[in-house]
Amino acid sequence: MAKKKQPPAPDISSVDVEQWLHMYEQMVKIRVFEEHVNDLYRSAKMPGLAHLYIGEEAIAVGVCEALNRDDYITSTHRGHGHCLAKGAEVDRMFAELLGKADGYCRGKGGSMHIADPDSGNLGANAIVGGSAGIATGAAMSIKKRNTGQVAVCFFGEGALGQGLLYEVMNMAELWKLPVIYVCENNLYNEYTHYSESTAGDFMARAQAFGINCVEVDGQDIREVYSVAQQVIERARRGDGPTFMLCHTYRFHGHHVGDVNRSYYRSKEEEDDWKTNRDPLKTLSEWLIGQKMAERQLFDTIEADARSEIEKAVEYALNAPYPDVSEVEKHVYVE
Amino acid sequence: MSTSNSSGERIITFGEAVREALAEELRRDETVFMIGEDIAEAGTAFKVLTGLVDEFGPERIMDSPISEAGITGIGVGAAMTGMRPVVDIMFGDFITLTMDQMVNQAAKIHYMSGGKFKVPMVLRTTLGATRRSAAQHSQSLHAWFSHVPGLKVVVPSTPYDAKGLMKAAIRDDNPVAFFEDKMMYQTKGHVPEEEYVIPLGVADIKREGTDITLVATSSMVYVALDAAEMLDEIGISAEVVDPRTTFPLDKQTIIESAKKTSRAIVIDEGYERYGVTAEIASVIADGAFYYLDAPVKRMGAMDVPIPFSPVLEDLTVPTPQSVTDMAKMLTGVV
Ligand SMILES: Cc1ncc(C[n+]2csc(CCOP(=O)(O)OP(=O)(O)O)c2C)c(N)n1
Repeated sequence: MAKKKQPPAPDISSVDVEQWLHMYEQMVKIRVFEEHVNDLYRSAKMPGLAHLYIGEEAIAVGVCEALNRDDYITSTHRGHGHCLAKGAEVDRMFAELLGKADGYCRGKGGSMHIADPDSGNLGANAIVGGSAGIATGAAMSIKKRNTGQVAVCFFGEGALGQGLLYEVMNMAELWKLPVIYVCENNLYNEYTHYSESTAGDFMARAQAFGINCVEVDGQDIREVYSVAQQVIERARRGDGPTFMLCHTYRFHGHHVGDVNRSYYRSKEEEDDWKTNRDPLKTLSEWLIGQKMAERQLFDTIEADARSEIEKAVEYALNAPYPDVSEVEKHVYVE
Repeated sequence: MSTSNSSGERIITFGEAVREALAEELRRDETVFMIGEDIAEAGTAFKVLTGLVDEFGPERIMDSPISEAGITGIGVGAAMTGMRPVVDIMFGDFITLTMDQMVNQAAKIHYMSGGKFKVPMVLRTTLGATRRSAAQHSQSLHAWFSHVPGLKVVVPSTPYDAKGLMKAAIRDDNPVAFFEDKMMYQTKGHVPEEEYVIPLGVADIKREGTDITLVATSSMVYVALDAAEMLDEIGISAEVVDPRTTFPLDKQTIIESAKKTSRAIVIDEGYERYGVTAEIASVIADGAFYYLDAPVKRMGAMDVPIPFSPVLEDLTVPTPQSVTDMAKMLTGVV
């Protein structure tokens, strides 16, 4: 892996305190949402598994803060954070995770397949790298329809193993498509460190196609947001795609059932990231240090998020399952 | 961990039987090696290969990037030049990514080269729904490979069969796809300590009966056996035939059973349409036509993407009850 390149100078002077606090609220919402997903799994109230986004919140929120509601995103198996950051409501998210009729996909998709056209979410995807084509195709459509939108493709560094990504990155640059490839390097493809699966340099892959490349500290939302804003505006202007490499870490297991992790990563490593590189703490401490907010405000924000999310969980637990007739509906467009 | 049953026979799980077969072949033949995602230290997502890397080392139990097309292609090339690779594809749904390598390369090389090259490789993967894993992690796509001349396809149902068939698959000089039902890894059964190999293309009668034949594959063998118990209680004697391989297909055993009972249902977890059940039903209709008292019935997975919600997912696969109901209808006991 090449040395971390200097990111473009973050231009954060134009961001006011209200907007930082909004980003903080979004990150807290994701964190508390995911904590409840874990609880639902552990109390056997949620069918199947889920992949938690805790630790990576600054990326989804920082990027989506720079997007408009009608811009597109595609997401991954670790997708709750992206969906919420792009504007999904917590109650219908929980309903989907519990397989209920009021869920975003009527209970048919579940944790790994949340899609919501109203918020520009073209769908989470359980095939690693599977949405690279979709995001690039959406960017092609944007260009043809001349709408000025942008498409963001979120994926983990594991997707760098998939050939599809290279086919579409080539075309994206060739045709100057408005797509941002956001690579979330949380160091592990499931239980394997990226260095055991990824040769050479991450950025060089995209640079080979002549794609604009940027690298950010994914734990620092100030950097994520300001860089995202620049590259998104660049894409909107018609100057083409960007590959945005974000360094991050998932605080929990690969999925909720991945509890004994010592065979692939150390407790010290986990503790170090949690203590020193927590994206929520990084932002709140900075705002307090800058005298832009009082410590107590962050407690209030968290308490509000908790009560909203507890209500949403209750709602989803009590919501009805889909009618059995749903099983054969939506296979084809009627 | 093995235990013994009352007759002192060794009892192990399906997963252990697969691991034992692989370990024995790795020991016996140094050209055998494995490649796949998280197969070494993690021992696969289902922990089936735990410990193999300790005995055989990372040169022979190779962790790969998330590159299904790539590892399958590497398997083909290695097989053509003297190795016997076992390529591990974590979920059967991901065989879509291996298709060109399997269908246009592996399957055809022996024929296209006029018999000069061979591809002695195994692709092992999974099938089966009802794990609440939704549409991209639940399919049973073994019919896809069964369709292609040049490929062999194994669908074992018991620990005993899994072990003996895996050893045959590795020793076979053709590309063989080996599908393991992920719900079956903990299923226990008798597996002798001594070495044995089960030839590909030999069906096994899992239960003898006289009134109706239930031809069932993989996970559906247990559904058929449970249905046979239920039918027994109402005086219907069902014979359960397990083809064990969809290609080569032991037509003779299947036809003989149908001739004996004069009625047949074919049960398989793949999609019903254009599926394994269609092929086997036509074999019976053809071979036992003059002996049949009722049309041959097919029961497969419902022709829908597998839904996440448990209330919907459970509707998509045959159950002991649905098979019993079908058998009652065919035998005129309503
Ligand atoms: C094509 C494909 N291969 C394998 C898998 C199984 N799988 C699910 S997540 C995962 C690791 C993904 O790692 P990464 O892309 O870095 O994302 P992260 O989980 O770290 O967020 C794997 C191998 C899959 N879902 N799709």
